[in-house]
Amino acid sequence: MPQLRMTGRGLWITALIVPPLAFVALFIVYPIVSAFAYAFFDWQGLKRLDFVGLENFHTVLFVEPYRSWTINAFKNNVIVFFALMVLQNGLGFILAYALWRELPGARFHRIAVFLPVVLSTIIVAYLFKLFYHPLFGVVNITLKGIGLGWLAQPWLGQSGTALGSIIVAQAWHMVGFPTLVFLAGMQRIPSEILDAVRMETESEWVKITKIVWPLVAPSATIVFTLLFVGAFNWFELPYIMGGLDGSPFGSTDVLGLYFYRTAFGNVSAGQQDFGLGSALAVIIFIFIAIVAGVITTRLRAREIQL
Amino acid sequence: MSAAATDYYDRKGLFATLGRDGMLQIILIANTVLMLAPIIIMVFSAFKTTPEIFKSPFGIPDFTQVANFVKIWSETNFLRYLLNSFVVTGASMVLILTLGTMAAYALGRYAFTGSSFILMFFLAGLTLPLKLAIIPLFMLMRDLSILNNQLSLIFVYTAMGLPTTVFIMTGFIRSLPNELEDAARMDGASEARIMWAIMLPLVRPAMVIAGIQNVVPIWNDFFFPLVFIQNDSLKTLPQGLTTFMGEYTTDWGVLFSGLTLSAAPIILIYIVLSKQFIAGMTSGAVK
Repeated sequence: MPQLRMTGRGLWITALIVPPLAFVALFIVYPIVSAFAYAFFDWQGLKRLDFVGLENFHTVLFVEPYRSWTINAFKNNVIVFFALMVLQNGLGFILAYALWRELPGARFHRIAVFLPVVLSTIIVAYLFKLFYHPLFGVVNITLKGIGLGWLAQPWLGQSGTALGSIIVAQAWHMVGFPTLVFLAGMQRIPSEILDAVRMETESEWVKITKIVWPLVAPSATIVFTLLFVGAFNWFELPYIMGGLDGSPFGSTDVLGLYFYRTAFGNVSAGQQDFGLGSALAVIIFIFIAIVAGVITTRLRAREIQL
Repeated sequence: MSAAATDYYDRKGLFATLGRDGMLQIILIANTVLMLAPIIIMVFSAFKTTPEIFKSPFGIPDFTQVANFVKIWSETNFLRYLLNSFVVTGASMVLILTLGTMAAYALGRYAFTGSSFILMFFLAGLTLPLKLAIIPLFMLMRDLSILNNQLSLIFVYTAMGLPTTVFIMTGFIRSLPNELEDAARMDGASEARIMWAIMLPLVRPAMVIAGIQNVVPIWNDFFFPLVFIQNDSLKTLPQGLTTFMGEYTTDWGVLFSGLTLSAAPIILIYIVLSKQFIAGMTSGAVK
């Protein structure tokens, strides 16, 4: 690589690097750093008032009604994360394993499983909202058609089923992503290892748990971490399907909605509070950073270098 | 099939009859049906009247019946939203690829003090969830007086797209051979000319990957327009869709055709370029 010799070249490099750097500094780094600062002030609308120390944090964590709202939203995020771990990543692993066999039609199946991933979340949200309609939605019509009419219910309209129904829509939307990441991981397993295993055992189960699963560990690290970050940033689907208040009765409320509502207000409350909103953002941010860090290091440790 | 074989298969369970590959094939077919059914129902319903949808939601429609689409064309702002999405996505992509290539070229081709620190700075942007910084971003856009202006979207998307682009392209540019460059430098070509005429034509494959990885989330984004844009004539497609769905709540034929129209551009491009899409969108997660 050529070394820097003259100022002309230095200028040239500066000209190349400064504009992109400026964009990232102004629109990513500066806002994130400011988000931390905002949380320590009292706000009235768009006007910053006094420095209040940790009071905003104290309010959202310990003062009612914020305390119950925070706990409820957090609890729902945890449910979303674990449910998607099974429905999205678990199913993704099985599908990847099936695709990996290169059976007839594998190419077509691969394209089909990834198709929903390219759709806008808003399209998916509205589509499933129509499908879940109590009277005319295809979900209930199908259940009645196959003699399971007693299962038909207002999926999004009752606390017991609303969150689960939105999670299913999310899994449909995104299952193709972990599938293809796992598939890429499996395709990197050297064929000598597989041949050796085939001589040792007939059992499919042993092959999956002892060979394939450990060897796709790097893929697992990535999809687990991304799912975690995504689950705790979840916003669009519950926003469209459950509404900004997490209806019904907060059963679909998640931290993303709660943060947005606190910061920018909603139709019913109308109040916007940048101080409390920023405190929530900082708490969510730190939580995501710490847990994602732990997940990544923990999972990295069990990865095997080939 | 011989009698003995039939007898054999009769005695065994489902797994033995189908074999492992048979089971896997059934899983794949079932999954593909589940993946495609919602999209097919959506497209079919787009050609039906609302009573037809309620009466036979799975029936094959008369595809010459395009009244729903005519209604969208003549009565809504749909084309405006579509056009806005093209403008915002197009401008963001031009900026991302231009600025991303500039940074990646500097980082990948020249050794200079602080280059690894600058690369780290870009990569930090990869992992930060920018949604959580929406309050300061909102204030920043207000101070720049570009709230309710598509520039706010273009700038945020550009900044969000740069980390992945710089990451993908720096690696690629670094791997290019030095010979051509050195020969041109001997001949007295300027650095700018070397970059433009010799190196840039070689980095196109990386640009395609970086481009696809960014174009899909930008085209589909809903969150930033929700906060930055109020004016209906400036809305992008996902955001406009919420306005539209709110206006036609009971006209399901129109709702489904609106969804179909919004999904159509990206589905068609995906079907043609599925390989590049899959490679591009998983490139961050597959090393």
